[in-house]
Amino acid sequence: MGKLIRRAAAMAAIVVVGGLLSATLVRLAPGFDVDEQQLDWRLNSDSVEALRQAHSQDRNVTAFYLHYLTRAVRGDFGQSRTLHRPVRELLAQRLPVTTRLAGLGLLAGWLCAVLLAVGATMARRAACDVAATLLSGIFLSVPAAVLALLFTFADAPAYLAIALVVFPKVFSYTRNLLAKSYASPHLVTAYAKGISPVRILIWHVLPVVGTQLLAVAGISVSIALGAAVPVEALCGIAGIGQLAWQAALGRDLPLLVNLTALVTVITLAANWGSEFAGQRFRTVAA
Amino acid sequence: MKRTRQIGWLLLSLITLAALGAGVWAPADYATQFREMPNSPPSHQHLLGTDELGRDRFSRVLYGTRVSLLMAPAAALLSTLLATLVGGIAGYLDGWWERAAMGVADLFLSMPWLFLLLAVRAMLPLNVAPITSVAVTFLLLGLLGWAASARVLCAGARDLRNSDFVLQARASGVRGLRLLAIHVVPNLKPVLLAQFWISIPVFIISEANLGILGLGVAEPLPSWGSLLRELESFTSFGFEAWKLVPLVLLVLVVSSFQIVLSADEGYA
Amino acid sequence: MKHRLLVAILFPLLALSSAFAQAGGELRFYLHSDPKTFDPLLVDDDASEAIRYLTGGVLVRVNRRTQQAEPELATSWMTARDDRSITFNLREHLYYSDGTPFSADDVAYTMQRLMDPALHSPTGDSFRSGAGAVRTHVDSPTRITITFPAPVVGMDKLFDQVAIVSSHSQNKERAVLGPFYVADYRPDSYVLLKRNPNYWRRDAAGRQLPYLDSVRLGIQPNRDIEMMNFRRGEIDLINWLDSEYFDRLASLAPSLVHDAGPGLDSEQMWFNQVANAPIPAYKREWFRSTNFRRSVSEAINRADLCRVVYGGHAQPAAGPVSPANKFWFDAKLHPPAYGPTSALRLLQQEGFQLQGSTLRDRQGNAVEFSIITNAGNKPRERMATMIQQDLGKIGISVHVVTLDFASLLERITESHNYEAALLGMVNTELDPNTQLNIWLSSSENHQWNPRQKSPETPWEAEIDSLMKQQASSLDPARRKACFDRVQEIVVEQQPFIYLVNKNALSAVAASVANASPVVLRPQTYWNIETLSVGVQTARKH
Repeated sequence: MGKLIRRAAAMAAIVVVGGLLSATLVRLAPGFDVDEQQLDWRLNSDSVEALRQAHSQDRNVTAFYLHYLTRAVRGDFGQSRTLHRPVRELLAQRLPVTTRLAGLGLLAGWLCAVLLAVGATMARRAACDVAATLLSGIFLSVPAAVLALLFTFADAPAYLAIALVVFPKVFSYTRNLLAKSYASPHLVTAYAKGISPVRILIWHVLPVVGTQLLAVAGISVSIALGAAVPVEALCGIAGIGQLAWQAALGRDLPLLVNLTALVTVITLAANWGSEFAGQRFRTVAA
Repeated sequence: MKRTRQIGWLLLSLITLAALGAGVWAPADYATQFREMPNSPPSHQHLLGTDELGRDRFSRVLYGTRVSLLMAPAAALLSTLLATLVGGIAGYLDGWWERAAMGVADLFLSMPWLFLLLAVRAMLPLNVAPITSVAVTFLLLGLLGWAASARVLCAGARDLRNSDFVLQARASGVRGLRLLAIHVVPNLKPVLLAQFWISIPVFIISEANLGILGLGVAEPLPSWGSLLRELESFTSFGFEAWKLVPLVLLVLVVSSFQIVLSADEGYA
Repeated sequence: MKHRLLVAILFPLLALSSAFAQAGGELRFYLHSDPKTFDPLLVDDDASEAIRYLTGGVLVRVNRRTQQAEPELATSWMTARDDRSITFNLREHLYYSDGTPFSADDVAYTMQRLMDPALHSPTGDSFRSGAGAVRTHVDSPTRITITFPAPVVGMDKLFDQVAIVSSHSQNKERAVLGPFYVADYRPDSYVLLKRNPNYWRRDAAGRQLPYLDSVRLGIQPNRDIEMMNFRRGEIDLINWLDSEYFDRLASLAPSLVHDAGPGLDSEQMWFNQVANAPIPAYKREWFRSTNFRRSVSEAINRADLCRVVYGGHAQPAAGPVSPANKFWFDAKLHPPAYGPTSALRLLQQEGFQLQGSTLRDRQGNAVEFSIITNAGNKPRERMATMIQQDLGKIGISVHVVTLDFASLLERITESHNYEAALLGMVNTELDPNTQLNIWLSSSENHQWNPRQKSPETPWEAEIDSLMKQQASSLDPARRKACFDRVQEIVVEQQPFIYLVNKNALSAVAASVANASPVVLRPQTYWNIETLSVGVQTARKH
């Protein structure tokens, strides 16, 4: 219990620091103070000045962030500058969309990656390995934007684009870990003794590579979230990824700080979850 | 497998030679605009046709290969080294060090580094040479791209720390950096190679996407990434297979790296 | 006999079916972003403007085809001789979509709100020609006089942008006088407009307009998906098409695309002439030289820009007014002829010399500068690259720098840390008086050198004087003469190097009847009341 509380406190501290860092990054980026409306030549100088004043409110990052934290504790995450809607409402609306998209993409990506890596390694044929490597190389090299467009035109579900972004990365880690493991002397002995490939995989390979695979599982969540940005932006899916891109282009500080906090929480939860699973796995394997 | 590695080496060498000899092989300068024939299909004059401004696509692929083949692996190497440093040491040391390092890695994964890139672009003079701009971009990508694999390396190093051979080495008096460098890091090779192999195309594509922010390669210098961006449009979905050449090259290079760098092990 | 019977039966049936074909149906097209506001007085983005056009009732409507002002909610109007006041006679017995009666009080309320300085309405600022409050005098429920503190030339056409809101409806701006009202809005998904049952306009046969039952505005930022869905029949029109997409669609279905000719929009580049800009002094000297700017202008091959970048769907631009602006265009002006040799000669007059393949100024500095433009806008990126090549022929080295829009904006409007910029001008108004904030040297949007305390050059002083004269003149001929002279000065001095006027390109499905795309916005649905939709394909969910 104590460990859980310490972890929660650490997560909260990291999220707070992350929020301040992201606010600082956004504030330092060029174009923070300006509004596209300034180019509207119908506006007179008073109106343009009013626009400038409106944008200068968030100029002091520390003041903004402290104010944001005091409101966030009460559940008020502020108002989006670009979309003119409460951030809480935007996140509540879009988070389930991205969760579904990234979740299905991760599942499909992992399934393809693990099956292909296991198959290529267990086949113990150079041709299979090269074919799997080439296949993985193709999807590693195709931009996520192109995949997203392809699936849109084919009326295929967008999560497949995320799956194809996740798959080659997970495949390469998995394949290399399995290949190293299969080259171990004790596995050569196991094969020589006639133990079945499936038994070898389950009892002799997975225990060795399990913790690292679980670590890959943790980071694959970040990969999927990263892929969600171009996929949602190009497929017109109203999720967190599209929101993040719009917020970045519009230098929407309240929205970006909240999105960073959300992504930090998800990343920490995924990685700590995989760490915890890894520790349990080690105990069971031992 | 040996034959396969030879083919991999051959492909890499051929592509590298072609890129280095771009000045010789290219039928035209990569910037010359043949404005009478924009978007033309392959012909004897233009082997891969021309792009939307009438520039010879074959020449641009050759020169683009130079930029991407040089910069992307260098950036990938940088991110791999950083990941090894942070993840490897954190996993080896365990305890507070590991928690702090992984906390920083997780924070790194969550930050909107886009804004740092924008700030860097703002600091660079507008008249900076295109090659300088792209070099800065790849440098930043290398400096920022270590976090994901640091986690995996940390998990691997943690496992190895308690393994039999490391315990034996420690019992023999091997300590600290020597133990890390000679006994732990080499056993992390599978993950290191995976990280390196993945980073090359990821950085190439990221460089292209960063073009939207003014980073990346500036006109008229081509790169694989900027050539790949031709595919990101409805209008490119016709039967124009020659536009896929940069993609094919990238796949070949990436796959060749994977084959060449993989440990020659495990196959009958 | 049998034949006559057949005709007697068939003819009425055909006529009846024709009548039914003009009734009902849902028009579907996309907005490229969520509307920022449903308050018609605060509209400043394309999506909100589309909704205002479709739902708002205005006193005067500029016919997008003839470009003339026509009566709408007002049956007639009279502008005072001093152009400071306007009197409207309003239609009687009109009602908002929620049944609230319309009267002159609503017009007064709207104008008071619009002209409130605290509102900072872009539409309101168009009327704000001088300091002081706007006065409204309601003579009767159907007659109102609006008095401005200073003359507002061309004010009748400005009322095309003023949707009259109800002064006493509970539904606030949701109660409308236009052909449709907002029935449903799902953020990031769609806006559904339904037929206003109280809409006042009828067709020649006495049938109440609009013909359409509803308009569904999907929200789709991606143009590729928009194209794809148009081809699949999921939407009925694309209001604005890129030339690349136009050509692709034209090759597949030529009858569906429309090129209405040169639009009002232009693309131009300019040099940074701000006195305290953080650029080297010798470069500022170049940019402030008229001959330098003119030579750059002459060295740019505009015909190639139109052909290569826009596929021929653009024409070289001469000055600030497009030929699509029938009254204000000065036909005497022509785009600078392409001539690298004459460009070099002009430069030599300024002391520039071509040494090898590099142009150098008197001090020996190699002539090089950067052009910034917004990344992601492919036509602009391509134009910048072509200009880079054109200027390379006369020894000028150009660096093309594409920036995200916020960074670009910051350099142009705040830090002035740039050398040359390439952007476009989106013109929604015909009257040049709406561009005062571009041409007056003291203004914010005087892009090449904004916010001057006093005009820094004689020609800018002349432009200031001419713009003020046309703003206070009541004589259209005199105003035209003043603005013609402004155009001449701009062409002589090239503070903006105008490149092209893009054509107004659109696509309309065959099922849409009475569509007649024009150059003024909104190009395809400007006559929304008389559009109708025939057989539609099933909509995919």
